[in-house]
Amino acid sequence: MDFKLSDEQRMLEETVGRLVRDTYTFETRNKILESEQGFSADVWQQFAELGLLGVPFSEEAGGFNGGGAELMVVAEGFGRGLVVEPYLATVVLCGTLVDKLGSDQQKEALVPAIIGGETRLSLALYEPQGRYEHNRVATSAKKDGEGYVLNGEKAVVINGDSADQLVVIARTSGAEDDRDGLSAFLVDGNAAGVSRRGYPTIDGLRAAEVVLKDVKVGADALLGAEGQAIDALEDSLALGLVALCAEASGAMEVACDQTLEYIKERQQFGVPIGKFQALQHRMVEMRMELEKVRSITMLAACSLNESRELRDKRLAAAKAQVGKSGRRVAEEAIQLFGGMGMMEETPISHYAKRIVMIDHHLGDSEYHFGRLESLLDVE
Amino acid sequence: MDINFTAEEAAFRDEVRAFLKDKLPEDISRKVKEHKRLGKEDTVRWQKILNEQGWLALHWPKEYGGTGWSPIQKHIFEEECAEAGAPTVLPFGVNMVAPVIIKFGTQEQKDYYLPRILKSEDWWCQGYSEPGAGSDLASLKTRAVREGDHYVVNGQKTWTTLGQHADMIFCLVRTDPDAKKQEGISFLLIDMNTPGITVRPLITLDGEHEVNEVFFDDVKVPVENLVGEENKGWTCAKYLLTFERTGIAGVGQSKAALAHLKQVAAQQISNGRPLIEDPHFRRRLADVEMELMSLEMTNLRTVAAAEAGGVPGAESSFLKIMGTELRQEITHLFRAAAGPYALPFLNEALHDDFDGNYVGPEFAASVSARYFNFRKLSIFGGSNEIQKNIISKMILGL
Ligand SMILES: Cc1cc2nc3c(=O)[nH]c(=O)nc-3n(C[C@H](O)[C@H](O)[C@H](O)COP(=O)(O)OP(=O)(O)OC[C@H]3O[C@@H](n4cnc5c(N)ncnc54)[C@H](O)[C@@H]3O)c2cc1C
Ligand SMILES: Cc1cc2nc3c(=O)[nH]c(=O)nc-3n(C[C@H](O)[C@H](O)[C@H](O)COP(=O)(O)OP(=O)(O)OC[C@H]3O[C@@H](n4cnc5c(N)ncnc54)[C@H](O)[C@@H]3O)c2cc1C
Repeated sequence: MDFKLSDEQRMLEETVGRLVRDTYTFETRNKILESEQGFSADVWQQFAELGLLGVPFSEEAGGFNGGGAELMVVAEGFGRGLVVEPYLATVVLCGTLVDKLGSDQQKEALVPAIIGGETRLSLALYEPQGRYEHNRVATSAKKDGEGYVLNGEKAVVINGDSADQLVVIARTSGAEDDRDGLSAFLVDGNAAGVSRRGYPTIDGLRAAEVVLKDVKVGADALLGAEGQAIDALEDSLALGLVALCAEASGAMEVACDQTLEYIKERQQFGVPIGKFQALQHRMVEMRMELEKVRSITMLAACSLNESRELRDKRLAAAKAQVGKSGRRVAEEAIQLFGGMGMMEETPISHYAKRIVMIDHHLGDSEYHFGRLESLLDVE
Repeated sequence: MDINFTAEEAAFRDEVRAFLKDKLPEDISRKVKEHKRLGKEDTVRWQKILNEQGWLALHWPKEYGGTGWSPIQKHIFEEECAEAGAPTVLPFGVNMVAPVIIKFGTQEQKDYYLPRILKSEDWWCQGYSEPGAGSDLASLKTRAVREGDHYVVNGQKTWTTLGQHADMIFCLVRTDPDAKKQEGISFLLIDMNTPGITVRPLITLDGEHEVNEVFFDDVKVPVENLVGEENKGWTCAKYLLTFERTGIAGVGQSKAALAHLKQVAAQQISNGRPLIEDPHFRRRLADVEMELMSLEMTNLRTVAAAEAGGVPGAESSFLKIMGTELRQEITHLFRAAAGPYALPFLNEALHDDFDGNYVGPEFAASVSARYFNFRKLSIFGGSNEIQKNIISKMILGL
């Protein structure tokens, strides 16, 4: 057993850390949030130059050949800076799905462009009535000559507003919540019949409601075999969960640090409020929640090569823990800051928002508790 | 023991219900129920309707135009208002400064300010907190120096709720810097239009402009605006803070919110069936309902004790903590009920004049903003930690 990072992983951590510290300040981030597209093309280019966009891809494809641990290290760093660039959507969810399902031709067309920062993708998966269930897909893809016609609606598609291409999960057969019959299609964001309504999310990201109306795609838009996307999709979602847990962990670390610093400085009744035992114990509890999240995130990151069931069990546990602990840390951080914690101009409020709202991405704690319950007997 | 209302109390409740049915404007209650941001006009319109009925000044004695109601009557009224979706009355004038003026003010102050408060002619705000004086209010530094027939005020107040609309602010200021903390403080009424006052907006984490900073730069305040004696302002402040506030538990608000939450949960689909049938979600609703029952009875016990002539003291600290935690938990469940649709944040959709399309179900538009906004409930009005300190000291004798 060894919890130390390898030299390569440490380098990755330092690279991300330096970038976030030096260029991703609170003020810079605020400007990015207010900008038209809601993320920085410059920062994205820097990610490309530093090789961060290639982390999960194979070395032959020009990537870093990273696994769960590498992804964890990167996402933690992003969490510390509340990075809003579309890394999860483009690289982790869509990139790995293309890599796994795509033909050589499709991969050649896309993977280098992703790694180089030229193409951004977004996963159009969840639907208005489906909440967090990734196999509840009503969007249909019907055979039409050589190609397909897509119809349906996709809900809260993260970064779907600006993505060059959407990876649309659609049903080619089966009932609405069947696991079989799901297919993945590459759809140009501006294709005829695709309408996107973009909007900001309360945690600083952008998303879109996507409507597909008689969208015609060629046979070359299909990723992998028809009707058999579920396993690869779940592999990508698993990576996505690791990234989200790690991001939460990084953000919670900063929230704990900032709160600790604040209660040491803030004076009331002639002493720093950190002298009050009532607050000391609260701070200790925040730290314990953080330690739990760190630990279970490592467990999740190192479980990607286990059996699917065991992997899924641990991922469900990790995401549920993050939801539970994250809420606690965020609420306590605001409370300990008092009125200052309520202010848009105080960084802690942004950390609190992101930490709480991570629960609404890729399944909330209730949803993952449910999965965990159903996998309780898996050893 | 009988937990039911007496015949008279029930009749009073029916009278209140009939009034609300008849007079509460539908457009206003709809905004309240849909959690839209209310404008100043909405509050003023409703206050005028209440005043016409003689029901605005719950806590004032009859001779000043108050209701003269008993604690139980006030309780019934506030509950019914909350459940019907009436907007909250702006507390700073009618429920805060007015009782202080009635108790400590001069005849001239009573004659001038009280009718104006009843008619909603002045919008009041509360100038207590300062950057360095939050929980430790008595450490406030805003200075008032007497020069002839006026005070010259210098300093800063902060977190001033709705100060952007205010005509008047009541302030705690330091008049004797050499006295012990609580002893050099005075209670001043200040016209917000006086030269030297600057109001700067503070935006909260939900994007709302609800609080402000108020700066005082050589602001001249006539000495007749002093309430009570110079350097005795802390007595006024304490009177105001411990002033009977039957509504502090927010039972009516929680009931209305829970009813709405159940309705929403019946409409949302989870796993192919209504969310309200999901055993986990249902259990959490049951938990909230249980807590609400306990809170309601605790509240009623306090009200009944007050009715019997007891002075509500530190018990209201229990109600503050229990009530705010419950209201916060309900906002959390709303957020959970919205699922992924808790994420979209269209600030404009929270305004009453929004006529665009919502993203996802309409109720979801405000859930996260409200969840974050409601973190304030455990911070202001004496933070929940301060309430616990009060209970430790006053009730437990620690
Ligand atoms: C089953 C059992 C086995 C034990 N075995 C051994 C043994 O083998 N050898 C041995 O030497 N002792 C043993 N102990 C004794 C044990 O170490 C003491 O019970 C323990 O140190 C607490 O002391 P106390 O019981 O006097 O409680 P106290 O110290 O009086 O504490 C009472 C309460 O006050 C709290 N408290 C105290 N100080 C503070 C503070 N500064 N801030 C906040 N809270 C505070 C405590 O957490 C506790 O909740 C055992 C005790 C138990 C219950
Ligand atoms: C939305 C909003 C509206 C407000 N409106 C008004 C208004 O209209 N007028 C006005 O005057 N003020 C207003 N306030 C200010 C409010 O009263 C203060 O925020 C509150 O008193 C807490 O002070 P603080 O923010 O400085 O926090 P601090 O006092 O710095 O407290 C920070 C943390 O330390 C804790 N703490 C402090 N002392 C102790 C102790 N002795 N023991 C244990 N824990 C302690 C607190 O509970 C809190 O968790 C408003 C605040 C908010 C957030």
